[in-house]
Amino acid sequence: MVKLDAKVPEGKLEEKWMNHKFNMKLVNPANKRKYNIIVVGTGLAGASAAASLGELGYNVQVFTFHDSARRAHSIAAQGGINAAKNYQNDGDSVYRLFFDTIKGGDFRSRESNVYRLAEVSNNIIDQCVGQGVPFAREYGGLLDNRSFGGALVSRTFYAKGQTGQQLLLGAYTAMNRQINLGKVKLYTRREMLDIVVVDGVAKGIVVRNLITGEIEKYSAHAVILATGGYANAYFLSTSAMNCNATAIWRAHKKGALFANPCFTQIHPTCLPVHGEGQSKLTLMSESLRNDGRIWVSKIKHDMRKPNDIPEEERDYYLERKYPTYGNLSPRDISSRAAKEAVDDGRGAQGKEAVYLDFQDSINRLGQKVIEERYGNLFEIYETITGDNPYKSPMKIYPAPHYTMGGLWVDYNLMSTIPGLFVAGEANFSDHGANRLGASALMQGLADGYFVIPYTIGNYLAGDKPTMVKTDHKEFDKVKAEIEEMTSKLLSIKGERTVDDFHKQLGRIMWNKVGMARNKKGLKEAIKEIAGLREEFWKNVNVVGDSNDVNQCLERAARVADYLELGELMALDALNREESCGGHFREEYQTKEGEALRNDAKFAFVSAWEFEKAGKWKLNKEQLKFESVKLATRSYK
Amino acid sequence: MEHKKLNLTLKVWRQHGPKTPGCFVTYPIAVSPDTSFLEMLDEINNELEKKGKEPIAFESDCREGICGTCGLVINGQPHGPIPRIATCQLHMRNFKDGDTIYIEPFRAKAFPIIKDLIVDRSPMDRIMEAGGFISVNTGSVPDGNAIPIAKEIASEAMDAASCIGCGACVAACKNASAMLFVSAKVSQFALLPQGKPERYQRVEAMVKVMDEYGFGSCSNTYACEAECPKGVSVKNIARMNREYFMSKIKG
Amino acid sequence: MGWVWKSLNSSIGKKLVMAVTGVALMLFLIIHLAGNLSLYGGSKAFNGYVGLLEMIKPLIRVIEVILALVFIFHIINGVRLWIENKIARPQGYTINGSRKNTDVFSRTAFITGSIVFIFLILHLQTIWYKFNYSGTELDLYTITTEWFTHWWYSLLYLIAIVLLGFHLNHGFQSAFQTFGWNSKKYFPLIEKLGTIYAIIMTLGFGSIPIYLYFFGGK
Repeated sequence: MVKLDAKVPEGKLEEKWMNHKFNMKLVNPANKRKYNIIVVGTGLAGASAAASLGELGYNVQVFTFHDSARRAHSIAAQGGINAAKNYQNDGDSVYRLFFDTIKGGDFRSRESNVYRLAEVSNNIIDQCVGQGVPFAREYGGLLDNRSFGGALVSRTFYAKGQTGQQLLLGAYTAMNRQINLGKVKLYTRREMLDIVVVDGVAKGIVVRNLITGEIEKYSAHAVILATGGYANAYFLSTSAMNCNATAIWRAHKKGALFANPCFTQIHPTCLPVHGEGQSKLTLMSESLRNDGRIWVSKIKHDMRKPNDIPEEERDYYLERKYPTYGNLSPRDISSRAAKEAVDDGRGAQGKEAVYLDFQDSINRLGQKVIEERYGNLFEIYETITGDNPYKSPMKIYPAPHYTMGGLWVDYNLMSTIPGLFVAGEANFSDHGANRLGASALMQGLADGYFVIPYTIGNYLAGDKPTMVKTDHKEFDKVKAEIEEMTSKLLSIKGERTVDDFHKQLGRIMWNKVGMARNKKGLKEAIKEIAGLREEFWKNVNVVGDSNDVNQCLERAARVADYLELGELMALDALNREESCGGHFREEYQTKEGEALRNDAKFAFVSAWEFEKAGKWKLNKEQLKFESVKLATRSYK
Repeated sequence: MEHKKLNLTLKVWRQHGPKTPGCFVTYPIAVSPDTSFLEMLDEINNELEKKGKEPIAFESDCREGICGTCGLVINGQPHGPIPRIATCQLHMRNFKDGDTIYIEPFRAKAFPIIKDLIVDRSPMDRIMEAGGFISVNTGSVPDGNAIPIAKEIASEAMDAASCIGCGACVAACKNASAMLFVSAKVSQFALLPQGKPERYQRVEAMVKVMDEYGFGSCSNTYACEAECPKGVSVKNIARMNREYFMSKIKG
Repeated sequence: MGWVWKSLNSSIGKKLVMAVTGVALMLFLIIHLAGNLSLYGGSKAFNGYVGLLEMIKPLIRVIEVILALVFIFHIINGVRLWIENKIARPQGYTINGSRKNTDVFSRTAFITGSIVFIFLILHLQTIWYKFNYSGTELDLYTITTEWFTHWWYSLLYLIAIVLLGFHLNHGFQSAFQTFGWNSKKYFPLIEKLGTIYAIIMTLGFGSIPIYLYFFGGK
């Protein structure tokens, strides 16, 4: 059993981070250049960490499997980023942002981490403005805000519908500056395939050069994983095609505990599936819910066109069920409500979709205002579906979008492997069982700019890790393991394609480990996934060879990991006998169909320890709530 | 809605490596009009893999038109016939039954082919590293509202900043010039007060690296703007020219 | 002064050279056309105008040298850009999509320029050289009108002028873009002015061979 020590600092909630910063050991500025740090991933968390560490004087090596650091999937975040600036004078505060986030996460996150997140949120906005991020502004020249799901204050900063892009480019440019100054060295088209642990401490990584196929070894004093989430286990998700869990999964297999794998977020406003060949799902910004009304027909199997359905036969189910928050209800609640409507046979024209209607807003505000606010989103919608949302309502449906679970980390964002830090979506730290809109960007940048640069210094100054050369036998051992796995994949030459396995896994995950889960389904899923995994290693066909660009091989290795991770997600979901946030167990619901939490038994973080594929040991981190009172989450 | 499938003939550029010669390979396919262009290529690849043949190497990631990873030249046009979208947003309903579609990689000396439809666009990052940033350290900045910025200026900067770095401007330009890409970043920072202190060093450094990589010159034909998936304006090139002259005059 | 040379050899510097020389040539064309229009006044008017120029011959010689230099810079720089730009894309596309994303004037600037250059040499040889250096006793009006009695010469001249119009239509707005004068407010006006300029030049120069061929002058 691993002893989980979250290392939460003593003191009042408001003083923890301040005290901790003061108490942490510092690295002598002259000594920083003697330390090497590896950062894997160049999204918001990775790029911002690399930039900040470079500025501090460390030698940073940063890795991405993309051709450019700017392609990381943070770029696709549309809506915005939260911060407790209270520029709108609507009663926001650090405490309120903290509270909304804890409540939004259905009381399954660590108070201290969430408070720190809210605390540094304001610095993020300042930092980004300083970097030249063109946030939207009001006529007076000051920053503009919009409101977002799960909050009653306007605290979301945005840059058109491309906030993630602009923030990522901000971090990317900051990192570029350090590359220019020689403090950061960038390795593109390298996929991390394992970490190297020597005497229980993370000492480096092994990567595949995606152009030459060579397996390369890199060592450092500390390793940061900022490699994003694992929503692609569902095959169809809003994650980018190449988003994968390989880095965190291989670290997990080397000893890092995996926390809350079943906490996945299904985003309510995505475009519905069009057919078999669908490769991924497209998110439509949640900001659409500010002016769009969500409805389905009151009549089952209603095949009429939406505009032919009269007002009185429409069910605005979110407004009906949750009058206070209405269409701005949190993501998990909105998604589940859509599923209920569809399961009830009231999906749009018999499809797995609900309507998002702008007609009222167009009547109230005029088409011009709507065009100003959402013009580009409407264009995207029309490009993809061929329908004009000014004339008839959009069709939307929930899709896997974000994974709150991830590698377990302590308050310092260090995993259970000393020297291995985890930032951004890759860790489990801040969102509990559900993430609020516009909080992912906040967390990624908080971790990268304002948390890890401090806590890694504490590790380096305190533990004084040594650096191991890459000719160390452990590096060679890991490299040999990877090469063996690669040649095994290439030698199977079975009957089924990699995508075929991935799609089948996705269907199991979506049907049984998706928006609503139950004991029977989860047990079936565990069995089916294990069976599928077995078949994969006998019957997959990976074409091409290993010393060349081989996208088939890249995908195969990722799918191999999903086939293990998927099972753990189901296992975790089975184990958590309650409903909370994105995890809804059908057995545990109120009479009205709302999630029924079990704080007495399940107010803990599930941290799974890997023994072998298909076998995990559960460790628990009990969550202590000292500042907030556990309450039933109500958005009515 | 179920639509009739489109019967198409694809001519896809296949090239095993940077040094090996490439050629077009023909693939007939019947595809649903609701399918996206890249999903159509996925289908072909799936078929090829089933036969144990190497799939067509092409890059894509977000498939939402924002990451800038994808980029194919479709019948001579980067990102295909529909303006203001990336390849991944192109859907087959924009083609007619019986069409022949030529699919080629971005072609430029500065973008050598890696394999099939994948090219190396890293020179764009090298240009960015040379000066496409504002020199502020983490934590060293004033409050976000300390510098008011007129809404129009912020919007103009945003329009320039919306560049996704896909390289379609280079691919479209008859001279394989990277001016639209470079000018978008130069413009964004030249417009904003935060970027003004370094504006002249920035433009000089970026143009220098751009020239070193062998991109062509701009001859003001504006194919770049026409093919840019984000519609980044050539006004940015004019602004970059101005910035560059000023940098030289002011020394 | 090394920085000047270096700057002019950068990608943006080379554009500047094109633009500055181009604008100088466009100004020259206005004066040239104004002079040429006196052909409509018959031999007396035209030769009067030529006589005026003869009076300030030394100055004209200096201007001619400057003009020659401007032409040479424009041409050499243009050719150099064309070669470099070809090198920037060693392998072209199988399907050329440029017709869908550019206008004909910009796309063909090098070709129209090249043809106009060939015409320019012919033009200098047949008129300017003959008048100045061939030792002829003939006046310029006679030389000029003589040439335009040949249908092929008039036609050649006319084609060259139309192509020059194409070239100018691109060049005018292009120069402003290069200088960085591309404001949302004024650029559409500049583009219109460019087109008007190109049309005036084409009609002005183009009408002469037609007039002289069909009516032979007075």
